[in-house]
Amino acid sequence: MTTVVSACPSGLSPPGAPAAAQDPSAFVVQKDGVKSLDLIVKGASCGGCMSKIENNVARLQGIRIARLNLSTGRLRVEWTGQLKPRTIVEAVAALGYGVTAFDPGKADSEGARTERRLMTALTIASVGTAAVMFMSEPLWFGSDLPPDIRNVLRWLSAVVALPVAIISGRPFFSSALASIRARRLNMDVPVSLAVILALALSLYETIVGGQHAFFDASVMLLFFLLIGRVLDARLRRRAYDAANELTALQTTSATRISRQGKAEAVRAADIRPGDILLVAAGEKLVVDVEIVSGESEADLRLVTGEVEPVAMFVGQTLHAGAVNLSAPIQARALAAAKDSLMADIARLLEAGEQKKSTYRRLADKAAELYVPQVHATAAFGFVAWLAFGATAAQAAYIAVTVLIITCPCALALAAPLVQVVAAGRLFREGVYLSSGDALERLAAVDHIVFDKTGTLTLGDPVLVDPLGVDRNVLEYAAMLARASHHPFSRALVKAVGAGPVAEGVREIPGRGVTGIIDGRRASLGSASFLGAIAGGGSELWFAFDGEIPAVLHFDDVVRPDSADTVALLKAMGLEVELVSGDGAERVRRAAEAAGIQQWKAGATPQSKATHVKALEASGQKVLMIGDGLNDAGALAGAHASIAPGGAVDVSRLASDCVFSGDSLSAIARIVATARTARSRMRENFALAALYNAIVIPIALAGWVTPLVAAIAMSASSAVVTLNALRMARPAHSGKAGLR
Amino acid sequence: MNVFILMLPGIAGLALAGLAALHWALKSGQFEDPKGAAARILDENDGPG
Repeated sequence: MTTVVSACPSGLSPPGAPAAAQDPSAFVVQKDGVKSLDLIVKGASCGGCMSKIENNVARLQGIRIARLNLSTGRLRVEWTGQLKPRTIVEAVAALGYGVTAFDPGKADSEGARTERRLMTALTIASVGTAAVMFMSEPLWFGSDLPPDIRNVLRWLSAVVALPVAIISGRPFFSSALASIRARRLNMDVPVSLAVILALALSLYETIVGGQHAFFDASVMLLFFLLIGRVLDARLRRRAYDAANELTALQTTSATRISRQGKAEAVRAADIRPGDILLVAAGEKLVVDVEIVSGESEADLRLVTGEVEPVAMFVGQTLHAGAVNLSAPIQARALAAAKDSLMADIARLLEAGEQKKSTYRRLADKAAELYVPQVHATAAFGFVAWLAFGATAAQAAYIAVTVLIITCPCALALAAPLVQVVAAGRLFREGVYLSSGDALERLAAVDHIVFDKTGTLTLGDPVLVDPLGVDRNVLEYAAMLARASHHPFSRALVKAVGAGPVAEGVREIPGRGVTGIIDGRRASLGSASFLGAIAGGGSELWFAFDGEIPAVLHFDDVVRPDSADTVALLKAMGLEVELVSGDGAERVRRAAEAAGIQQWKAGATPQSKATHVKALEASGQKVLMIGDGLNDAGALAGAHASIAPGGAVDVSRLASDCVFSGDSLSAIARIVATARTARSRMRENFALAALYNAIVIPIALAGWVTPLVAAIAMSASSAVVTLNALRMARPAHSGKAGLR
Repeated sequence: MNVFILMLPGIAGLALAGLAALHWALKSGQFEDPKGAAARILDENDGPG
């Protein structure tokens, strides 16, 4: 007997499943005789892992570069010569790490460019601020400085501050211009105004040899604000990369049969309609196809949520996401990978996306309130001082100091800081947010709609009551099951564990598996295959030839902590509902196990999306949680959405947030963290408003000097930062749901 | 006043050198992998480049 089962040390493949069907040669890029490959490595956490992986790969023949980025898990390999890409992948896998080829072409190049530009602006602003502050220090404290030295210092500050402000201020100026053109006022308008006016005023004061110049305050303002922007950009890029990585871990390559009849590995993105694909047993379809030859069974859990496999026959169409179970088939691609969506779902997604882009972020709402008030106050100061007999220059000075001192440092940092800290905390718990305003929307939800298969449940069927079955039956049945990809066989193998496989195994699609165990023929399969009477549930029957068949029951079991999580969510004030595409009996059982009273079965993708839309129309804010192709429309149309890590690409992209792992408690943690983040953001806005209330009278009285401005700006930013950092550590488990 | 005139170009030069260094660091991807850089200094096999 041969032992076929290999326990994958990284846990990426379920026990007994075939090695990843991916052929890395589809991802090799060749340039000037040098081949390169990008891989994602899972499980490398420390310097030891890094040197182990790099040294082992560098030992292979022809390797020029083997460099692991420990922060992102990406391994870049470059080599010359005949080395097979598969060897590289196996070298890493042999060390015990999960490894997948990765298509870097999908990297967020625009996000990376934005981040780089902001980082450049930040470094210039930081050096400029340091230089100007260095020169301002004697101006602040040197009361006995001779006036010509004062002047020199001021002119030098101008020479440094002006170019720095022009370069580092560009992100704000262009954003402010765009906002004004769109007839809106965002946070960058007062910032740009403050910086420009402060520089103009300071230049004037320097030319006429006046009292104070605010060069230091202007660049310092830009410096603090850029920190906020860089953090925000990094957050977006990290979220995008993380989501991309999850995508890469699923099958992104396929086998195409070329016109000459040769099988070649291709990237999913390169598949054209009309291509003939060879789909192995256990492989997932990456495009919509029509079956051309072969007979097998398909697992549609990701497409419709149905747990029972359906028969495949020639001429049948199947959607991307279906898994071929029993036998290899040939199929013709009906659409390119990115077009393999049901047309209806595509339309639903579009409608949902439009809705998301009109959501006004909390920070923008605050800006709309803040901006007119501050400008009005400054104008008022200008007019008032004029009325009191001041010169135009003096009145302008007062107005500009009002603008500077009410600098939206705190306001602009308030939201990004909290979001970054919250996202970081969630990231460490295996949750990836797709955008900054996801947190705000997640905090506002009051009604949750769960999908069943793969979301509320783990998606894989589980052997029910293994202790109630004769141990021998389990062992023998497992020997046949280990050679099959049928979900029930996989569940049986998982329950029994690693072990030998029977000889001469034959799988008959739609019926079962037969093989020789200890010289006797045995069969495992449906009731009709073994001549037994079907019980009506999900079952497999096993018997040696001539013996009475024994039955094994399977069920799609809810995640272990479902009942607790649902209870917690209800305690948090949320209504919980279950909507699934699977049969009524299974849905009812799952709802009961999880403690959910409202449930719907047999839902189509359209009806799911419509249901969510109806709830939203009636004023509820829906949180949709789902993983399959049939959930994508609902995910896009809900106020906020979450997808489990095993979801199809479409659902992951359509959702605000992706959580990994088997535990459903992540949902409760996500909502709790989002609510805490929202409170922090509101607190920060309140603190910023309080700060303004204190400093505006000081500015109107004319008591603001550059030193005062610098201190005020730093202090307000520090307070807001410290408040945001209160979120850095996870809340105590008892209070998590109630904060 | 003489000292001043000598010092200031020096300061400006230092500031620009700092800026150039930061620019190079950004360009050559020094900020891409903070965790890896921290671990690499402890690696005995890691050579320059």
